[in-house]
Amino acid sequence: MFRSNVLVCGGTGCTSSHSDKIADKLEEEIKANGLEFEVNVIRTGCFGLCELGPIVVVYPEGSFYSRVTVEDIPELVSEHLLKGRILKRLLFQETLAEDTIKSLAETDFYKKQKRIALHNCGVINPEVIEEYIAMDGYQALGKVLTEMTPEQVIQVIKDSGLRGRGGGGFPTGVKWELAAKPQSDQKYVCCNADEGDPGAFMDRSLLEGDPHSILEAMAIAGYAIGASQGYIYVRAEYPIAVKRLEIAIKQAREYGLLGENIFDTGFNFDIDLRLGAGAFVCGEETALLTSIEGKRGEPHPRPPFPAIKGLFGKPTILNNVETYANITQIILNGADWFKSMGTEKSKGTKVFALGGKIKHTGLVEVPMGTTLREIVEEIGGGIPNGKKFKAAQTGGPSGGCISYENFDIPIDYNNLIDIGSMMGSGGLIVMDETSCMVDIAKFFLEFTVDESCGKCTPCRVGTKRLLEILTKITEGKATMEDLDKLESLCYYIKENSLCGLGQTAPNPVLSTLKCFKDEYLAHIVDKKCPAGVCKSLLSYVIDPAKCKGCSLCSRVCPVSAISGEIKKPFVIDQSKCIKCGTCMDKCKFNAIEKK
Amino acid sequence: MLKRISKIAFKQTEEQKKELLDYINAQKGKPGALMPIMQKAQDIYGYLPEEVQRIIADELGISTEEVFGVSTFYSQFALSPKGKYNISICLGTACYVKGSGDILNKVQEILKIMPEECSEDGQFSLTACRCVGACGLAPVLMVNDEVYGRLTVNDVEGILNKYKN
Repeated sequence: MFRSNVLVCGGTGCTSSHSDKIADKLEEEIKANGLEFEVNVIRTGCFGLCELGPIVVVYPEGSFYSRVTVEDIPELVSEHLLKGRILKRLLFQETLAEDTIKSLAETDFYKKQKRIALHNCGVINPEVIEEYIAMDGYQALGKVLTEMTPEQVIQVIKDSGLRGRGGGGFPTGVKWELAAKPQSDQKYVCCNADEGDPGAFMDRSLLEGDPHSILEAMAIAGYAIGASQGYIYVRAEYPIAVKRLEIAIKQAREYGLLGENIFDTGFNFDIDLRLGAGAFVCGEETALLTSIEGKRGEPHPRPPFPAIKGLFGKPTILNNVETYANITQIILNGADWFKSMGTEKSKGTKVFALGGKIKHTGLVEVPMGTTLREIVEEIGGGIPNGKKFKAAQTGGPSGGCISYENFDIPIDYNNLIDIGSMMGSGGLIVMDETSCMVDIAKFFLEFTVDESCGKCTPCRVGTKRLLEILTKITEGKATMEDLDKLESLCYYIKENSLCGLGQTAPNPVLSTLKCFKDEYLAHIVDKKCPAGVCKSLLSYVIDPAKCKGCSLCSRVCPVSAISGEIKKPFVIDQSKCIKCGTCMDKCKFNAIEKK
Repeated sequence: MLKRISKIAFKQTEEQKKELLDYINAQKGKPGALMPIMQKAQDIYGYLPEEVQRIIADELGISTEEVFGVSTFYSQFALSPKGKYNISICLGTACYVKGSGDILNKVQEILKIMPEECSEDGQFSLTACRCVGACGLAPVLMVNDEVYGRLTVNDVEGILNKYKN
């Protein structure tokens, strides 16, 4: 037994700011103070509050230290761990009450959250299977194998109302039932961990923080449909997640929780990893399965659905990481418990990766039906620097923007589709008034053009044309006719593309066009970018009241567009200016403005 | 995916070739072996030169076109070598709305290379990557495995100077 446990976040966010070195230094200092038999250092998964990383939490006090550096460690060890005095200067300020410290659960960031999929993240060391088992790990698998029939397992999942967390929202239990029916010598259980949506990191955090829960759920799925082999298709760009999965698989095999004759029931199930090589279209199920087969990850038309003819031509189920993360909890707590959370058509919770122009960037898990206002203003702490909320983007390149009008709509699968966006895997990027919505639409189209696999023409050629029109708009060269063309082309691509990538690719354009048409018009008619982002539509102007006439700007201008007399306001010749912004960067008096 | 194919002459050591052939022999016949083999080859050589892709095709008894089809499809496979320092700039949405586009422009301006290119002296290469997963630190730039976060355009020159001789 240790008198203190020190938890250090080992997620990608905190590791990027050297949390591994912090943990090393902690161990070194603890030893130097002779405390190694009293104080334990545990490297955990993500706590969620990435903005304040690297994070160190000391129990039993529950002191939440934020933005810790290696240099802080000697003081932290000698003050808190040796002398028992909490180091107030490093505490997350919100937990600092007058004479005590508030528990994390009371802070605005955690108060409204309900952590089910994430229940072990930031709590256990993901590289130690015993810690997972101590948190009721592998109990659900034991229950399923010894007390339930495959039909009963599928019924519980169906009753719970769990829907696929990868974006589409297909009922998970129904999917399992479809794959359980056909007779086959071999079936497969696959896990989609190819999180390609830029700015989303839910699945990565789950794999890094609680890999065993995914393995356990896949084994349960294997029992339910009659499969003995599983594959996890994980992005090669997630080195920490890959490493922890490898460790977890090895440990589970050693404990007999994967492999042959699990729990002495005669049930066999094993899991292998497949590394994705970076192709967004591989998030689409038929493309992903083709990629596991070692080929170009191109989608093919459905039917046949993978549940009938999937990987290597055999019945296959493919679920997303977060979907699996809910399975063990549903088995242990029952379908009614899960159903009690959420809205009528969307049960349970959803994990979101909050990012962009928001104070508390990080990972949050909230019951379905929470409003965007609660997520952005209460949990996320609002928009920094006194700026105003403009839009939130969900669903990545397949989704759309939610404007302020819909700030109070309960977020679930159906409501998001009704307002022109989609749940997607859970990326939620907040934008303020300095984000140009035409530019954002163009950004997503650049992504889609790059990632379109090229198999079908509407997507390959159509998205390219969309991007060309958007580029014309951001350069101020478009006409009203182009705007009409843009919209009709969007519908054409949606209706005629082969797979989900093409069918949803125009969503970023359509949703911004719907909510922010005035911005498109400003670019086309007035030749102005209201947010001040689109370079070609900007002009740099010197404010004569602030200019001291030092001539620095005219000396750094690469095209000699600035002239004037020393000690008198200088002027930029707009016909020569190439809008590189060098003058503005260099001006010491902030006298140059973008308009 | 737009790929730039290297014009630098291909060289390999006997050890490299042996390591690749041993791995291919171990994987041969397993379902879906092509991609793991190509990932291993990229580990060994740092990129996938045409010559290596031919070796893989010959050993597996498939056409070079099939191997080439896979290597050009996935962004992870590099057809030109990386520099001693590979600069990746995150263009994920979270970083983009916080200005990573401007950071990329600045790096291009200083190093005078485009994404997926390597400088002539082999010192620097540039990648515009998707999401490194450090959205809390946005905008983010990586030099090999070292992450630099919460950047402004003005920080770029100082960071790059650390790696110039």
